Amino acid sequence: MTAALKIVPDRCTGCMQCELACSWSKTGTFQPAASLIRVHIFDEEAAYAPYTCLQCEEAWCMTVCPTHAIVHDEATGTKRIVSSLCIGCHLCSLTCPFGTVFTRPDNGQAAKCDLCGGQPACSAVCPTDAIEFVDVEETGEWFAPWGDKVAQRHAEAFGS
Amino acid sequence: MSGWTGKALHVDLTTGQSRVEEIPREWFEQYWGGRGLADRYLYDLMDPAIDPLSPDNVLIFATGPLTGTSTPCGARYMVVTKGLLTGAITTSNSGGFFGPELKFAGYDLLILRGKASAPSYLFIYDDRVEVRSAESYWGKTVSETEDGLRRELGIPGLRVACIGPAGEKLVRFACIMNDKHRAAGRSGVGAVMGSKNLKAIAVRGTGSVSIAQPEAFWQAVAAMNAAMADHPGRQSFSEQGTAAVMDLTNAYGALPTRNFQQGQFEYAENLNGTAIRATRLVANKACFACTIACGRVTKLDGGADKYLVNMHPRNWKMAGEGPEYENAWSLGADCGVGDLDAVIKANWLCNDLGMDPISMGATLAAAMELYEKGHLTDEQVDLPLRFGSGEALVRMVEATGYREGFGDMLAEGSKIMSEKLGHPEVFMGVKGQEFPAYEPRGFQGMGVAYATCNRGACHLRAWTPALETQEGVDPHTPEGKGEWVAHEQNRTTAHDATGICLFVGAAGGPLETFVPCYAAATGLPVTLEDALVVGERTWNLERLWNLRAGHSRATDTLPKRLLTEAFTEGPSAGVVVHLEPMLDEYYRTRQWTSDGVPTPEKLSQLGLDSL
Repeated sequence: MTAALKIVPDRCTGCMQCELACSWSKTGTFQPAASLIRVHIFDEEAAYAPYTCLQCEEAWCMTVCPTHAIVHDEATGTKRIVSSLCIGCHLCSLTCPFGTVFTRPDNGQAAKCDLCGGQPACSAVCPTDAIEFVDVEETGEWFAPWGDKVAQRHAEAFGS
Repeated sequence: MSGWTGKALHVDLTTGQSRVEEIPREWFEQYWGGRGLADRYLYDLMDPAIDPLSPDNVLIFATGPLTGTSTPCGARYMVVTKGLLTGAITTSNSGGFFGPELKFAGYDLLILRGKASAPSYLFIYDDRVEVRSAESYWGKTVSETEDGLRRELGIPGLRVACIGPAGEKLVRFACIMNDKHRAAGRSGVGAVMGSKNLKAIAVRGTGSVSIAQPEAFWQAVAAMNAAMADHPGRQSFSEQGTAAVMDLTNAYGALPTRNFQQGQFEYAENLNGTAIRATRLVANKACFACTIACGRVTKLDGGADKYLVNMHPRNWKMAGEGPEYENAWSLGADCGVGDLDAVIKANWLCNDLGMDPISMGATLAAAMELYEKGHLTDEQVDLPLRFGSGEALVRMVEATGYREGFGDMLAEGSKIMSEKLGHPEVFMGVKGQEFPAYEPRGFQGMGVAYATCNRGACHLRAWTPALETQEGVDPHTPEGKGEWVAHEQNRTTAHDATGICLFVGAAGGPLETFVPCYAAATGLPVTLEDALVVGERTWNLERLWNLRAGHSRATDTLPKRLLTEAFTEGPSAGVVVHLEPMLDEYYRTRQWTSDGVPTPEKLSQLGLDSL
């Protein structure tokens, strides 16, 4: 059993309270530029969704890091950045398929979600419960519809 | 510094030079921030008597100490300048994401002076400040301008405030739009920006806002969130949007209809919050840090092909924002239009052209009255301006934004238009600014609220339905209304100093609940009483400014129609506005002379005697 952030985009209103809470937990100030969760606004579709690290089991950021600064944290199930080892090369940011390894505005090091050590601030503060922190066996049931949609678009575009 | 950044960014558009100034500590203590602080600067930096379109007019963007914090609805910034529509000090508030971004860039205030020699935009990336060419954006709509700047600059998280074609063409009620759909809407602040050749302000801030007493701050925020969570006002805003108010005003005979010739609209049910939600709503949209999300993203459903326009480049994108209650009223009931598709299209056009839909609809309504009564002939107008014509509504909104045909006349606002056409009696407003959506014959108190508001007719400084719909309060009596309005104006003015959205007040989070947030954020040990003094001081300062700009008791007045003509039917039948007794009571409460001048004792008490 492990815990993960379950994001429900339909509930998101785009208010950015999650970014404020995240930046507070990391810096002790309100600084969205330092937030490790970001709200994306899809203007044309009138849709909003926060996105953050999915804590991939096969984590490319961890694999690619030349200084082994990203480690697997057994206690929380997260991939965590050891700042004393990070040299700020951002190979991890380039490699991440989801664009969720960010840059610290204060020192240029890489920064990513660590689930606040097991009590994510973003989830606690969301006024519409669009970010749930739940125990999971696997995330398949959330991602399956998304995967189906991608497969369908791929089929439409490439005919297979 | 906590809460505030402590800095004002001055930009002289004539020379392109900028400088950063430390804001005097005592001004923070006396005015808190936002509207009050900007008022204080405006008082120092310009002569109130100058022409609003002069390069010497000062245009201030002001955030509050709680803007950019997690205090619910801490999204707001205030545009303060001399209003083109009113010739008075104007304080035009907007939400979205622009204000917090300006603060994260490091500035409480952005103070603009002068006039650029060619179309320009202001680029702010933290400490980097540049005036750049906007030749390629001149003439473009609000959405084209924002999209274009995003493409040109390629900076994630960039926020844009800009004017549309209406601001460039000095339409007297042009807005400054930010985040495409949010507006510093009233009094023509967009035309002031246009007169400076300033098309847009693009800002990205990577800095932070710090809090003096974190533990107390989070306790205060938690208490405010708890008070708002299940509050019926908050639920109504979330579910129905502001248009829910239409049911209330219509029931009281206080929904101004066909240029204030009636107090109820027979098609109100086509335009209210329930109708918008049931047939047009795509999603709720929140501003920064907002826990209410009253914003309405709407779509046209089957009505997309109706009322096509000539010049506007988007015929029609399927989703936009609005209408809010005010716009559903001005573009709907006031023009007699009951077709929601026409109202939505007109609203989107106003947003994209950068015009205030309240003044737009109200000015068109005045023209429609003139047309229906035969004072405007078919030769003078582009198409028949009949009440209820969705065609006329949508086409004339577009024509006004571009100043085409009769739109050039509408662009002057209804006061100047009605005077030019020889019928000043159809102007429905105060100090040159059109009324919003509350009929003072239905809610008597709105009469004195409109007459005394420092920025002309406005519903956001003292919203008397909060009092006049209470059990045992007669909405038609003048008694007590002047006193209530004076106190309420102090409250809302203090509210506007913080950077918090006014709507929290009706959603379970009134001033009492977030003064502790302010105190903890800034470290100043203030109470509600201190807040009310700040509000009163600011209101009096604005009054002093307006007196120097040429306003007086003579302009604290209402159109003759409201004072002498009563409705013959409906809940507000037989009522006229008894302004004089309310005004006397108001001046007494404020300790002003009977001419509406603050007494030396009052000024001394507020620390304003040296001004």
